[in-house]
Amino acid sequence: MKRLLCYLRDYRKEAICAPIFKILEASFELCIPLVVAAMIDKGIPSGDRGYLLKMCGLMVLLGAVGLCSTLIAQFFAAKAATGFSAKLRHAMMSHIQKLSYTDLDTIGTSTLVTRMTSDVGQVQNGVNLALRLFLRSPFIVFGAMIMAFTVDVKCALVFVALIPALSVVVFGIMLLTMPLYRNVQNQLDTVTDITRENLTGYRVLRAFRKEQSEISRFSEQNRILTAMQNKVGSISALMNPLTYVLVNGAVIVLLYCGAVRVDGGVLSQGQVIALYNYLSQILVELIKLANLLITLTKTAACANRIADMLETGGEEENTAEMPAVSEQGTVVFDHVSLTYQGAGDASLTDISFTAKQGEVIGIIGGTGAGKTSLVNLIPRFYEPTAGSIRIDGIDSKEFPKAALREKIGVVPQRAVLFQGTIRENLLWGNTDADETVLAEALETAQAAEVVASKPLGLDEPISEQGGNLSGGQRQRLTIARALVRKPEILILDDSASALDYATDAALRQALRSLHEQPTVFLVSQRTASIRFADQILVLEDGTLADSGTHKELLARCPIYQEIHYSQFQKEAPHETA
Amino acid sequence: MKQHKTSKRFATLRRVLTLLQGSKKWLILSLLLSLVTVTLTLYVPILVGDAIDSMADAGIVDFPSIFRILLLIGISVGITALSQWLMSIFGNKITYAAVAHIRSDAIRKIEVLPVSYLDSHASGELLSRVIADADTVADGLLLGFTQFFTGIMTIFGTLLFMLTVNVWITLVVVVMTPISLFAAKFIASKTYHLFRQQADTRAEQTAYLNEIIHNQRVVQAFGQEENVLSKFDEMNGRLLDCSLKATFFSSLTNPTTRFVNAMVYAAVGLTGAFAAVSGRISVGGLSCFLSYANQYTKPFNEISGVVTELQNALACADRIFNLLEEAERPSDAHDAKVLSQANGNVDFQDVSFSYVPERPLISHCNLHIAQGQRVAIVGPTGCGKTTLMNLLMRFYDVTDGSISVDETDIRAMTRDSLRENFGMVLQDTWLSGTSIRENIRMGNPDATDEDVISAAKAAHAHSFIRRLPQGYDTVISDKTGGLSQGQRQLLCIARLMLALPPMLILDEATSSIDTRTEQKIQSAFQTMMQGRTSFIVAHRLSTIQEADLILVMRDGNIIEQGNHDSLLAKNGFYAELYHSQFIP
Repeated sequence: MKRLLCYLRDYRKEAICAPIFKILEASFELCIPLVVAAMIDKGIPSGDRGYLLKMCGLMVLLGAVGLCSTLIAQFFAAKAATGFSAKLRHAMMSHIQKLSYTDLDTIGTSTLVTRMTSDVGQVQNGVNLALRLFLRSPFIVFGAMIMAFTVDVKCALVFVALIPALSVVVFGIMLLTMPLYRNVQNQLDTVTDITRENLTGYRVLRAFRKEQSEISRFSEQNRILTAMQNKVGSISALMNPLTYVLVNGAVIVLLYCGAVRVDGGVLSQGQVIALYNYLSQILVELIKLANLLITLTKTAACANRIADMLETGGEEENTAEMPAVSEQGTVVFDHVSLTYQGAGDASLTDISFTAKQGEVIGIIGGTGAGKTSLVNLIPRFYEPTAGSIRIDGIDSKEFPKAALREKIGVVPQRAVLFQGTIRENLLWGNTDADETVLAEALETAQAAEVVASKPLGLDEPISEQGGNLSGGQRQRLTIARALVRKPEILILDDSASALDYATDAALRQALRSLHEQPTVFLVSQRTASIRFADQILVLEDGTLADSGTHKELLARCPIYQEIHYSQFQKEAPHETA
Repeated sequence: MKQHKTSKRFATLRRVLTLLQGSKKWLILSLLLSLVTVTLTLYVPILVGDAIDSMADAGIVDFPSIFRILLLIGISVGITALSQWLMSIFGNKITYAAVAHIRSDAIRKIEVLPVSYLDSHASGELLSRVIADADTVADGLLLGFTQFFTGIMTIFGTLLFMLTVNVWITLVVVVMTPISLFAAKFIASKTYHLFRQQADTRAEQTAYLNEIIHNQRVVQAFGQEENVLSKFDEMNGRLLDCSLKATFFSSLTNPTTRFVNAMVYAAVGLTGAFAAVSGRISVGGLSCFLSYANQYTKPFNEISGVVTELQNALACADRIFNLLEEAERPSDAHDAKVLSQANGNVDFQDVSFSYVPERPLISHCNLHIAQGQRVAIVGPTGCGKTTLMNLLMRFYDVTDGSISVDETDIRAMTRDSLRENFGMVLQDTWLSGTSIRENIRMGNPDATDEDVISAAKAAHAHSFIRRLPQGYDTVISDKTGGLSQGQRQLLCIARLMLALPPMLILDEATSSIDTRTEQKIQSAFQTMMQGRTSFIVAHRLSTIQEADLILVMRDGNIIEQGNHDSLLAKNGFYAELYHSQFIP
């Protein structure tokens, strides 16, 4: 919690004023029983109506001033709490933008979303309530006790006994139910997961006719959830009756003591009534305090998770100067190895190769051979654990990351587009790109017809996860997006898998004839896609098994032969002949 | 307009109430208990007043009657506590049952919504209705039970008791209460919209977060961090704006009603004191009145608090009910046939289809596929291959014409039996969040562990599954994330291997598997496809060459059909596609 307080700094004034005004209101509230006692003891016996009117006026005044101070307090509290959470969300989002791929792997993207939505909401609520009640409630509880002492010390001892007893009940029940509420929350997560599955996997679930069994799976978990809620509910249901018994027990004792004291002439009737009134104020505030503490415990848990997230990962801003480069578009791997964080085995071992400007480098290998790992090292999505990578002749670590990535166009394996228009998506490649650049990129990526087929053309909106486009259309648009920045280095990570041969071939041809002549890394599982590459890297279990041209590899590399002939069985004799 | 909105909110409220009908018995019992609770709670201040009257002054304290009164207080308090406790338990029971009910309805609804609806709605937004909104409804209902009920009863009970003691003071109270009600109502009506606006803005931001964070890697690859952040900040600003309003205005209810209560309290104090001066009421009576004034106004306080909660709950209930009212996919005709073990003759008669009316996709398509044929569908990306699958499985229904399996229109048979006869591996390798074993078993829940393992072996998934930490019991989740796209695809294939229905749909089934593994699977596929009608959307010509029938698609239509050799001989679009793979 403490770690997040810095985000409240801009609202320091509000955060201090809110409780102060709340306490002000509480003090006025504490005066009321004394006013009533005065009316009963002085006004009524003497029949002084003027005095009674004056006292009543005083009560109205106290109420009005109290109202004003609360309104001010509520406003300050709301402003501080919502402002705080907005600041926090901003800080989190901006932290997430700085997370490295490794950080994203370890934290998990779903977790990040939860932190930013429900956890922040909980913290905002907690801050708001804390500002309003955290000082007010204890103030009234102890204030009432102190006021009781000023009335009569002996009777006030009832308060001294009651407050701890009430606290034990209130806080005891709270402590008892807290872990149970946590279980309820976990069970709710299970129900959430099932619902999410049914909202994302509906096609598969329906194909396998799982509708009924999903309903019963859901119902079963839902039933467990309800049972858990009822269980914890019945324990917390004890709170009201038990406290009611305690308070009224205290009333009985108070009345008896009061009777004795009145009989002895120490107390007046009005004072007994005042004591009685103070007694009833305590309970309300203690319960508020207990609820507040529950909320605050939850809040603290959320706040800690958020603070942990804000402290996890995030890279130092690379302030390195852009180094002067003598070459362009060259990529050299020098004995590079990569072991992912937490992984037992290396994903890449001792990879060395040189790519010259304008070359097309094909990368091929089985599932899990390390193809994606290799290309991910070029834009420094991950850092090599051994060896070094030189880009344009300079160790890639010496580039500011942003500048390095600006040179590189990446087309990731999963064709991800974002909500917005096609144009907005393309501009991700280069915000300043003009119409001609977009058109060229679309042309090269074989995506011009995709855009042409849409009624609104470039301004056609793309729905969530590109749902209104086919896999192949998405892929071509992601390729166009990378081309829009006219990259020195272009990485296509198996990005043509959803394209048919004709489109794939046309795409390769178009890439070759780009006049910027980018160095192209082409990850594929099809030899047909990479056979015309200047250099083909054959990966096997994270090592570079061989490299060379299609012809060379076909002549000498058994792995490459196997891959190739698995795809071109029938032509095999013809090809080798 | 306003009228319309109010009536709509009222309809929502009525609908929430009908949800409670199943718990009628408990509801009535709760009502009775709250009657007991309220009566006794109101009786105690009278007793206290009596006790105070018995201690008028020094030396004249009536101890015997004080003891009697204190005993009565003790008994009342005991009974009250018991009935209060039972009341809460019943309240919980009713509420949680109602929400469980809503959620069950929602999941049932989701299972029968048309695929087109689910395709076009953000899953996160729907999820938040079923989970978060339902929770808010529960909170609202629960508060409604614990406070609304007793609140109303307390108000009437107090009025009754007060009338029996002093009519004039009662009148003062009654005249002043509408102010409290008015204030609460005013604030509630203001906050309903603010809450709704806040919920909408928050949903929008959550959807954005979901999209961006899950694809954070792409954001960074394109150096879009700044842009993303500024777009986020814009939403964040709007959210700050409306949540400040919602938070502040909703927090006005309590202080405002508390102020009105203070006024009532003062008025009662004054009139009571005047009455006491003229001897129409005792000091104990006045004390009793003052605690009534507190008790009488407190329910207003609580009710107004509850009303805000209820507003919030109603806004959420509204969103859920909207979901529950969505049109369902047409249900099976009651005379729908059950397609048992199909032969696998598939006919398209003059089929036309479009996702949106203004953009026709497939038009007048005719096809005849005989039992056991292997059909390959090829064509440029986006030519409508996936659409064909959507139609075969009845995820979407044709707009015109008909598709029949074994001479029966697929709309005249039950969906379940139709789908049971189809096995599919889709491009999207969705797996459920259960164990690998359960996933493979999905199409055949009765399969033994041995069956599962042999299916996995046939799909060449066994070796990697074995190497996972918990083997076949490894639970698939986002967090483990360890499965590659290819491995997921192998699991989907194993899933199909175990079910083996008479017709197969393989939509780019092996696109993420390396060709060496794929080749190993091919032989298994060959056996699997033996005697089964299979539809294969594939890009690898090697897979396509062996098909009995090749459908060449372009712009939603089948422009050529035949086998590999005849199509090559025809030297048309297919030939063009085929030769293009050798173009650099």
